[in-house]
Amino acid sequence: MEDIYAKFVSQKISKTRWRPVPAGSLQTADTFAAGSWDNEENYVSLWSIGDFGNLDSDGGFEGDHQLLCDIRHHGDVMDLQFFDQERIVAASSTGCVTVFLHHPNNQTLSVSQQWTAAHYHTGPGSPSYSSAPCTGVVCNSPEIVTVGEDGRINLFRADHKEAVRTIDNADSSTLHAVTFLRTPEILTVNSIGQLKIWDFRKQGNEPSQILSLTGDRVPLHCVDRHPNQQHVVATGGQDGMLSIWDVRQGTMPVSLLKAHEAEMWEVHFHPSNPDHLFTCSEDGSLWHWDASTDVPEKSSLFNQGGRNSTFLSHSISNQANVHQSLISSWLSTDPAKDRIEITSLLPSRTLSVNSLDVLGSCLVCGTDSEAIYVTRQLFS
Amino acid sequence: MEELDGEPTVTLIPGVNSKMKQMCFDWGPGEMLVCETSFNKNEKSETEPGCPFIYIIRKDIDVYSQILRKLFNESHGIFVGLQRIEEELTGKSRKAQLVRVSKNYRSVIRACMEEMHQVAIAAKDPASGRQFSSQVSILSAMELIWNLCEILFIEVAPAGPLLLHLLDWVRLHVCEVDSLLADVLGSENPSKHESFWNLVTILVLQGRLDEARQMLSKEADANPSSAGMCRILGDLMRTMPVLSPGNTQTLTELELKWQHWHEECERHLQDSTFAASPHLESLCKILLGDEAALLEQKELLNNWYHFLVTRLLYSHPTVKPIDLHLYAQSSLDLFLGGESSPEPLDNILLAAFEFDIHQVIKECSIALSNWWFVAHLTDLLDHCKLLQSHNLYFGSNMREFLLLEYASGLFAHHSLWQLGVDYFDYCPELGRVSLELHIERIPLSTEQKALKVLRICEQRQMTEQVRSICKILAMKAVRNNRLGSALSWSIRAKDAAFATLVSDRFLKDYCERGCFSDLDLIDNLGPAMMLSDRLTFLGKYREFHRFYGEKRLADAASLLLSLMTSQIAPRSFWVILLIDALPLLEEKEVVFSAEQTYELMRCLEDFASRRPVWREPGVQRLQEDVENTKLEMLRLALARNLGRAIIKEGSLEGS
Repeated sequence: MEDIYAKFVSQKISKTRWRPVPAGSLQTADTFAAGSWDNEENYVSLWSIGDFGNLDSDGGFEGDHQLLCDIRHHGDVMDLQFFDQERIVAASSTGCVTVFLHHPNNQTLSVSQQWTAAHYHTGPGSPSYSSAPCTGVVCNSPEIVTVGEDGRINLFRADHKEAVRTIDNADSSTLHAVTFLRTPEILTVNSIGQLKIWDFRKQGNEPSQILSLTGDRVPLHCVDRHPNQQHVVATGGQDGMLSIWDVRQGTMPVSLLKAHEAEMWEVHFHPSNPDHLFTCSEDGSLWHWDASTDVPEKSSLFNQGGRNSTFLSHSISNQANVHQSLISSWLSTDPAKDRIEITSLLPSRTLSVNSLDVLGSCLVCGTDSEAIYVTRQLFS
Repeated sequence: MEELDGEPTVTLIPGVNSKMKQMCFDWGPGEMLVCETSFNKNEKSETEPGCPFIYIIRKDIDVYSQILRKLFNESHGIFVGLQRIEEELTGKSRKAQLVRVSKNYRSVIRACMEEMHQVAIAAKDPASGRQFSSQVSILSAMELIWNLCEILFIEVAPAGPLLLHLLDWVRLHVCEVDSLLADVLGSENPSKHESFWNLVTILVLQGRLDEARQMLSKEADANPSSAGMCRILGDLMRTMPVLSPGNTQTLTELELKWQHWHEECERHLQDSTFAASPHLESLCKILLGDEAALLEQKELLNNWYHFLVTRLLYSHPTVKPIDLHLYAQSSLDLFLGGESSPEPLDNILLAAFEFDIHQVIKECSIALSNWWFVAHLTDLLDHCKLLQSHNLYFGSNMREFLLLEYASGLFAHHSLWQLGVDYFDYCPELGRVSLELHIERIPLSTEQKALKVLRICEQRQMTEQVRSICKILAMKAVRNNRLGSALSWSIRAKDAAFATLVSDRFLKDYCERGCFSDLDLIDNLGPAMMLSDRLTFLGKYREFHRFYGEKRLADAASLLLSLMTSQIAPRSFWVILLIDALPLLEEKEVVFSAEQTYELMRCLEDFASRRPVWREPGVQRLQEDVENTKLEMLRLALARNLGRAIIKEGSLEGS
């Protein structure tokens, strides 16, 4: 990957997210949001990789991404999601959930809505409450779901001042991430290696299903759902393992793939090309997993730029008799057919890569070494 | 102790009057706390309202510059890469790699300088503009020194190529000429431009003779009367022997050719070839290395090291590294001419020309406001194996001392601490201890941050710190009533005592509410259950409830019994366990065998005999009565069960 541009931004980046392109348009990704953490003053910022009219000699755009605007954010930015084209939802370490509105006319950001104490602890010794970090947020207009270190799940609506639904004590340990499975079901991962599926139609604070890694209780840090096959879910754990789950069957992962050497902070299926998957980790690496089977010639499991890695693909559920074309390439567990090609995307090891996002042929990631990397030629 | 190298600077703290009040202070790793005391120097007892503030005084303010943060982050990567350079690499390939690393460092400084320059131009108020400009000049000085050190210590250029490198060095740092060149060439009539002769002179002073000749040809075109002279001077410039990198000629050959050329120049001067044009004549004198002529161009030379290099170019082109310092000292003296005294930068460069690395580093440490420069330069020079002989009389060697200083500064910063970790890693002697001391002081605001700190500790097998971090998090979780989290953290820390404490809280909650919380965790403890007896009990007791709920009565019964007989259940909990046995005893089917029932009876009597005796009447009395009733009921149930079990077992055997 030669066309990867780094820009040092003088703040540790905790999250990067592409602004979604309007459905059906031919536009490519041109704007992303970034959030910082662990600075004395943290910011949510918007960046453009688009042109400012300055084409370089090759007719391509200039490499650097440019800051459009930013706004102070109270506390670390723990998670960031675009609600729609203009609105960004940010989760804060202060337990606050904020919706920022982007004004493209004068390039500014403003606070459009805020739930200040969305996540909090009720301790015996502490005053009425103390704030708890909000660790994850997911949007599906008009709904916003947040999870936190307090083990609480909140369901907000963009136009409601109060939470529509709150599940207190949903989890005895910290919830690390959340994603929509199919409305109105959500899926959370926690710090004792469990996946829980929640159905908002059901009352009470019990999950409708619990899946878990056996025995080790390795914390799970991130989760993403296959964009087309809603039962296929990928998670990343503290030991850097990538797990693929089929939530329809079994309570254990379909396959466990040994990946990074430290915490996997994020995993993302490519939204329109879901045979490709991307992961990033505390060990400073960013990987591209290619499970597409239509590549004509693949003599070796790894291409040259790929990192050497051992596969621990466990055949847990026997799916040999399921018709091959019906199942996702991520669920095929026949070792002989395992054709996953891994490429390392960053030129050299840095500090932790905290976040990544993919859209079209563009990828953005943010690191603790205060750099944002962008590439526009993922599949070249 | 060594003597002081200069007067310590005085920092005035606004609002604190040290003449009136005594001050007190306390050291921190990178900063200092200062406040007024209520002691009065004068005997007067009147208590004036003093300054109500505590001040934090930071030593290393550059760490807080937004732009310099980029320098720190980017150079961190280069530093780590340098440490991983194979030790086996020797000779040319190693040297080439070290030079590349040095150039990388310099390019980061330059990038930073350029950005700082842009900000300085864009600055709205003049004060901050000045501040940025002064930063630019500091960065530029750093690059200048680094570049010279690269030529002299890392590249170790021999006589001949040495001068070429020095010329490049001067050209890189005296770069106003390029804009002037563009300006003159862009004008309608270049040779009539007011700066034309200045430009030609500068080009000659920098040894850019090809460009100077082109300019002269423009003058010849515009002014036919001087065309002849211009041609002769141009020929002199063209024929000046220079060492070209690909050329195989020896130094002696070069010196010989150069001598001939030099004599030719001299001849032209004596023949007064250029007498008609003072400009051309002075250029010819420069070509001859005439000191007086050079010094006339002081304005254009800018500084003494430019003078030095030009002087060497036209009088000693094959200067040996070892002779450099002689020329450097005399050039400095000549250039300043006793008018002004040398500045810190001059002393640093002079020390470099003298090949006194330690003096360079020492002077830089005093003159520069941050440790970044000396730490990285020293480390690089150490990789060139230039510093091994030197040991400090405190701590470890100089490289490590400077790296530790720099890393400590990073750790004092709110968010740059992560960078500091790698620097400590590469300090073999005191790095680990320093890291241990610093890492414990990182505030853990979120679990995510704690996980990052934990990862750093775990990778380095710092078990003590891992334990302490997990304990902090477990304590926090208990305070926030997050028992599940607390238990997870104590399991991760393998902290048996704390796991016992949390398990007790769980059991207490159970006693109060009659049901368990956080089942998702307790049901999935697995092997971690063995961490402490109490935790094992908690897990097993919950398993008993599960068996009972699943109607696996025989399993439930034997588990319950084993909890008591194995002494794993805390005494205080026995009465609950015994009462839990009641429904099992009352089942239609016989659950406890005769032998198990005997065991239960033994447990019951054991418990009853060791019960504390209530001394006070009243409420406790009532409680005792309740408990006695329960025990009686149990005895009855046990006796009945024993009867049924004996009959059942007997009839089974009989049949």
